[in-house]
Amino acid sequence: MRIVVPVKQTPDLVEELDLNDDATDVDREFLKFVLSEWDDQALEEALLVKEASGGEVIVVGFGDPDVELSLSTALAKGADRAVNLTGLGEGWIDSHTRAAVLAQWLSGQEVDLVLAGVQAVDDLDGQLPPLLAATLDWPHVGVVIGVEGKDNTIQVSQEFGGGKASRLEVKLPAVVGVQAARQPPRYASITRIRQVQQAGGIEEVTVTKPDADAGITVRRLFEPEKTGHAEMLTGSPEDVADRILDLIRSKGLLK
Amino acid sequence: MANDILVLADHLGGQLSDTTLELVGKARELAGATGGQVMVALLGAPDLAGRIAGADTVLSVDHPALVDYTPEAWEKALLAIVTERQPRLVLIANTTIGMDLGGGLSAAWGAPLVAYIVGLQADGGGIVATAQVYGGKLLAEVAITGDRGVCTVVAGSFPAAAGGGSPTVETVSPPAGLDDLKTSFLTMVEPEGGDVDITAAELLVSVGRGIGSQDNLEEVQELADALGAPLSASRPVTDAGWLPKTRQVGKSGLKVKPKVYLTFGISGAPEHLEGMRDAELIIACNTDAAAPIFDVAHYGTTIDLFDLVPALTDKAG
Repeated sequence: MRIVVPVKQTPDLVEELDLNDDATDVDREFLKFVLSEWDDQALEEALLVKEASGGEVIVVGFGDPDVELSLSTALAKGADRAVNLTGLGEGWIDSHTRAAVLAQWLSGQEVDLVLAGVQAVDDLDGQLPPLLAATLDWPHVGVVIGVEGKDNTIQVSQEFGGGKASRLEVKLPAVVGVQAARQPPRYASITRIRQVQQAGGIEEVTVTKPDADAGITVRRLFEPEKTGHAEMLTGSPEDVADRILDLIRSKGLLK
Repeated sequence: MANDILVLADHLGGQLSDTTLELVGKARELAGATGGQVMVALLGAPDLAGRIAGADTVLSVDHPALVDYTPEAWEKALLAIVTERQPRLVLIANTTIGMDLGGGLSAAWGAPLVAYIVGLQADGGGIVATAQVYGGKLLAEVAITGDRGVCTVVAGSFPAAAGGGSPTVETVSPPAGLDDLKTSFLTMVEPEGGDVDITAAELLVSVGRGIGSQDNLEEVQELADALGAPLSASRPVTDAGWLPKTRQVGKSGLKVKPKVYLTFGISGAPEHLEGMRDAELIIACNTDAAAPIFDVAHYGTTIDLFDLVPALTDKAG
């Protein structure tokens, strides 16, 4: 089975998100970009499927900041090929554009399955997997927590709230939005990543930005108005522990 | 018609989600501004039509392939409805179903999509949405250009429809494509029984990514034991397999409403807040003073959990 995992870089949310001058985007110049956490899950699930039933895993980037590191890391983890689609510019790249570009690239490949992160922290115009599937006219299932390959079909578990999950069978080729892999994403050692980087195995493909856009205009980004804020407890751990236990007792618990 | 607001009824296992009625309420307000009517697309569950108060028309499509949800069958049925009726806006809950169908409908119907919406209003002739981005750290004010749009809306964003009146139920024939699908439903797997029911607990001790590793969980478990409370968790902890899924609080887990919700190392992503914000008293411990959890918590501290937890366990024991 040949599996494509599209990967995107999103701002590291641990850092402060400053805005650009007209407040329509985050200030990208000084931000640290990391692999979208759901894409990391999708990659792990792809590697698990490959280990179980054989095949090939191809990771595809979109020229995002520092994506080379994520692509090299994916190769170090066991992906077979890494492709970087460049030429989409430096600002925010919406999901409609990513779906269109990826669909175009996929049309020249023989691929059975696309496993993508079910969402990203900046996919304001919608999640990539269903957009891609509709563009390709392939079936799609999102919020998936497990994939098993079976000849020319896959069985997936689709998660609903409260611990429920449905089992679905999907004919290939298909697109799956991965919520979580069956096990936590594996690590690749720095040494291994360096080896991969030195080998220089990332294929670069220049693409043209499609005309069609997402049809939405971001007027401004802003911080949510705080409706309230916690009263902060300070002092020694012992003092704060006393306060917390008093609070719990005030609710009639812990007599 | 091009002024109508269409809501997709979100249901699973014969249960209509609360969010559906919240969307109908918002659709009523928007339809007042656009001069259209409120329609609800109800797929594979004609029996639920009577529960959708507040709509003008319920468009009910029934077919064996729609009874147990699959994204492919539902998307085909929904696309057939919007293609025929051409509403101004389609409102879909940002649930598993909404995450499946929003993007597909946007691409197949050729309409812009705004996801993670928490605010929505008519603005002159246009529609302006407010949506969560970057894990809820920022909001985006977004104008939907053109004459159609798809909106996926976060649960709890709007009050439920006032109800009253009884909508006209119109039975719509299923599209031909439903007899030839590439996706088939096999079975619904229910959560395993036997674990504690965290929704019944009055006090919950909840852990997040900040605990760092499964080994560190033991210390918090000791505190939970001393307090007589079960441990619950945010998504990263159950995804890592450190606690079972039955302990997960949030949009994709369980909704809890204990008297006291005490958190350690939870930053407060929207996914988690959706499941616990109605707790009576929320006390949060997180070393990041800017963590969103402090915006919903009543009390907070930035003391390192590895200093605070042993102190609490000592004093509670």
